[in-house]
Amino acid sequence: MELCDIPAYELSLLLRQKQISAEEITRACLERIDAVDGRSGALDSGSLTPEDEQKVHAFITITRESALNQARAVDQKLAAGDDPGLLAGIPFTTKDIFCVRGTPSTAASRILANYTAPYTATPVTRMEAAGAVMLGKVNLDEFTYGSSNESSAFQPAPRNPWNPAHVPGGSSGGSASSVAAGEAALSLGTDTAGSIRQPAAFCGVVGVKPTYGRVSRYGLIAFGSSLDCPGPVARNVVDAALMLQVIAGADPRDSTAANVPVPDYLAQLDGGVKGLRIGLSPDYFRIAFPDPQTGEYREQPLPVDIETPVLRAAEVLASLGAEIVEDVPMPNTRYGIPAYFVISRVEAASNLHRYDGVKYGYRTPQRTGDLTKLYRQTRNEGFGLQPKLRILMGMYVSAAQYSAQYYQRALRVRTLIRRDFEQAFDRSGKYRLDALLTPTTPTTAFKMGAVYGDSVLMQYADQLTVPANHAGIPGLSLPGGLDAERLPVGIQLLGPDFSEDMLLRIGRAYELATQTEDWRKVKPLVLR
Amino acid sequence: MSDSIDRDTFDHLVGLAALELDQQQADYLLRELNNQLKAIRELAAIPLDESVPASLHGVPYVSSVSPELREDVWQPHPNPEEIIAQAPDTRDGYIVVPDIPHTTLD
Repeated sequence: MELCDIPAYELSLLLRQKQISAEEITRACLERIDAVDGRSGALDSGSLTPEDEQKVHAFITITRESALNQARAVDQKLAAGDDPGLLAGIPFTTKDIFCVRGTPSTAASRILANYTAPYTATPVTRMEAAGAVMLGKVNLDEFTYGSSNESSAFQPAPRNPWNPAHVPGGSSGGSASSVAAGEAALSLGTDTAGSIRQPAAFCGVVGVKPTYGRVSRYGLIAFGSSLDCPGPVARNVVDAALMLQVIAGADPRDSTAANVPVPDYLAQLDGGVKGLRIGLSPDYFRIAFPDPQTGEYREQPLPVDIETPVLRAAEVLASLGAEIVEDVPMPNTRYGIPAYFVISRVEAASNLHRYDGVKYGYRTPQRTGDLTKLYRQTRNEGFGLQPKLRILMGMYVSAAQYSAQYYQRALRVRTLIRRDFEQAFDRSGKYRLDALLTPTTPTTAFKMGAVYGDSVLMQYADQLTVPANHAGIPGLSLPGGLDAERLPVGIQLLGPDFSEDMLLRIGRAYELATQTEDWRKVKPLVLR
Repeated sequence: MSDSIDRDTFDHLVGLAALELDQQQADYLLRELNNQLKAIRELAAIPLDESVPASLHGVPYVSSVSPELREDVWQPHPNPEEIIAQAPDTRDGYIVVPDIPHTTLD
């Protein structure tokens, strides 16, 4: 096995035993990037070549030299006998929605393409302080607005390492694809409706959406400020726990970062599931979505390929001593997307007003007579269609005359979604769950071009992940098998506020129990 | 609830959003907005009694988990020139913009 394919935790042990150096790890990852990534995403990059269609294209910016320097600094610390930090020498990528000092921080948008961040986001600062080595900034949907990465202004967009004809998911598609392809051991993503968990499921890796406030948002280019959660993407649960350990915790620079002690995630990881109550809800085994032709709402069961791995996981957990609680009602699940269409758009429109061609970022090269014209031309040229769509919808549903029927109503529906979880997790209630086990996505990775352009259908890819964002609770997606086309299927664990330790523990138990299963031996297509 | 966004309302929104669209973009965006509104209309069917409050956040902000606010003290940036240098057009440490249109309020 090549160094770049070894999980972070094992790399860390090998490094401390001085069997390998941090520079060797970094070089192995850079070689993998050279072998499978193809050209990085760029503006106005021309049409796709047949070779492009076989590559991963996870990156926008590769920070080769600074990565090697960071790795050498770790090696020097080790040689001097100093503690190099919990993530010493571990290569990671950063979704290009985080500011990192001295790097282009683009949000995959033309409007920020020339922006070089003058400061670094807290989660990245913490990764680097723990000795992790940043290999670069990875691609995403423009401003995170999508579930496939196809909306990035930086093309070629990332492709799924398991089959490059398929999307990697989104919006943290570059994060998930870079980890799945062995380009990096870890990636820092964000999740506003499922943007860590959905691409993690599509790419066969582990993704954690922490509790809202568990990880600081300082330095994150904002989308939905009441929903955005930075979190880890990793190749297994141990690595995800290791990364969360480093990035979690209060931050004086983010007053919404919760003042809650961070438990020792690794110490509790092998605690097993004996006696835990894990729920299954019929409301997570069907989807309701508007028919693309008629607009009528249709409800249908999930495909068998999606349902089976979840039920199998329940059996595995039961055999390990967990108690499976069936028929847990989560009746407001189906309203997650309609409420999200309103709440996230209002927050997005508000957050996007700052991009005006005056203070930083893109400014129209056209000569404009007055400031209003400058704003309009800059925003028209700088934003792609998806940001424009969100701004317009946000303004409409929050307008004085419509706010009560749309925005205020959506916020009250959000309360109902939260109550579903409170009732399921209530310690003295009927169900008393430690976690809810669900599929992560209604389908496996769809083909490039199959959904893009239909903004409604695209949003419904997040139907099973978005309730956790409304409720603020943590969610973990982990690989649960492969479908008939050998594309990964994700299973999801949801738990009460700040129960990441419990979710990681359950995930680890499942991972260990299924370690030798045949589907785990199959590699992504780009690595075969 | 109103049925759909008509062209006049759309044009008004485009102005408020400080955007300027060509016809092709406008057609796509108006169509998608109305498709999304169909999905949003599901919300109208949900029985909501008066006791259901709005949630601005999922996880409640309570004093036990919310950090104290920082003291409101001025902290000079170590290098303001670096920040100003991000602006597309600057002169003598100021950001340059075209004329700011004047409107006379009634």
